[in-house]
Amino acid sequence: MMEDLSNYPLELTGDNVPMVRFLKVTKRYGDLVVLDQLDLDVAEGEMVTIIGPSGSGKTTVLRMLMTLETINEGVIYVDGKPLTHMEKNGKLVPADRKYLRKARSQIGMCFQHFNLFPHMTALENCMEGPVQVLGMKKAEARERAEELLELVGMSDKRDQHPSRLSGGQQQRVAIARALAMRPKVMLFDEVTSALDPEVIGEVTNVIRSLVEKHNLTMLMVTHQMGFAKDISDRVCFFFDGKIEEQGAPEDLFGNPQKERTQQFLSAVKEAD
Amino acid sequence: MGFNWNWEFTWEILPKLMHATLNTLMAAGFGYAIAVVLGMVFALAQRTPYWALTKVVREFIEFIRSTPLILQIFFVYYVGPQFGLKLGPWTAGMIAIGLHYSAYLSEVYRGGLDAVPKGQWEACTALNMSTRDTYWRIVIPQAIPPALAGMGNYLVGIFKDTPMLSVIGVAELMHTANAIGSSSYRYLEPYTLVGIIFLAISLPTAALIRVFEDRVRRKLGLK
Repeated sequence: MMEDLSNYPLELTGDNVPMVRFLKVTKRYGDLVVLDQLDLDVAEGEMVTIIGPSGSGKTTVLRMLMTLETINEGVIYVDGKPLTHMEKNGKLVPADRKYLRKARSQIGMCFQHFNLFPHMTALENCMEGPVQVLGMKKAEARERAEELLELVGMSDKRDQHPSRLSGGQQQRVAIARALAMRPKVMLFDEVTSALDPEVIGEVTNVIRSLVEKHNLTMLMVTHQMGFAKDISDRVCFFFDGKIEEQGAPEDLFGNPQKERTQQFLSAVKEAD
Repeated sequence: MGFNWNWEFTWEILPKLMHATLNTLMAAGFGYAIAVVLGMVFALAQRTPYWALTKVVREFIEFIRSTPLILQIFFVYYVGPQFGLKLGPWTAGMIAIGLHYSAYLSEVYRGGLDAVPKGQWEACTALNMSTRDTYWRIVIPQAIPPALAGMGNYLVGIFKDTPMLSVIGVAELMHTANAIGSSSYRYLEPYTLVGIIFLAISLPTAALIRVFEDRVRRKLGLK
């Protein structure tokens, strides 16, 4: 059965077009509803953090935005244009592969397990996308990759393969690799969850400097409440596939309104 | 009848056998080259979204693996002409043995391809890479090293199977040894020499493959 998409705009217009908009997005795995009619806007340059218990759909939000997961209902827009759908004869239809490739070029993502290419050095990892996808000249791509590795403090390890790098170092290279594609939106999916405690700081510091110095739109899923509180413009607490509560970090962490938010935050605090 | 080794005869037939060894190596080399490429084609074809193609390739591989090589050689050489496919013994032999081993190699590749972690595919999507670049630059280079051991085994395997080509008259080692035997009525020397030659090539090859495998892993940073 085809979903009726006639109520969704073909593109977003007006003064305050958000960089990312989820419009009534539903994701199901069989009978399990992972996300239920999600509405979420992220403004340009905004850093939004998603927190919540496991199974609440946090990671799915990022994966749908990266087009790693399809959606069952609703439409996602990026920079005013539909991402999950495309226009055909004045109507929205599910995006085909060609459209998806174009649409997702504005989005970059870092993963919990880094997913660096093991057969390439740190530098080659950062050059691969620009050369193969953006068609950049090798010399130019190398120069940019070197700048980005410098930015994440990995210049001295640029000729190492990932197997010779620690988790924190691999994650920093992965951030540089994603940035090399010049995305407008960066997604961080539990990027510190697989790291040893003593190297978490080197990764969060890189993200912090991105927030401070670059006008990137960012969406981050994390279990590190202190970090989320520090750097987010807004925090969304997900529960059961819905945004239970959202707001400025000082409000959400300092004075949560909903009972589930309070329970979650006190449970996390105890665990710390 | 006692053991009766004739050295003079040995030296006399050795050049002939050495020449046939070249043919054997050539047959194994060509056959393997076909199998290496076609095997990858078969492995990739089974990963396309076109279920009909996947099914046909799957069944074809099963068919080849479940029937004897010698039957396939006969089939291509003797039945081929009925379908307008008239081939010389060399061409028919290379096609048969190449096809046969491509079925086995495709299974080796399949294992290697399946072993590439899902995260690698996701990273390629996140970098907006095309499917072609994803396979060619990321997935296949990671799928080959774990497949090298299996690929090496089949290289030695195809070499040892080349005597089967003698049945359609490819002048490789076995064919030449048979010819020497039937004209001189001496079989001890030619067959013994053939065995020694096979051994002298198989053993170092297997060792070289292990060294090569190790080198590739190191070079790709996988070790």
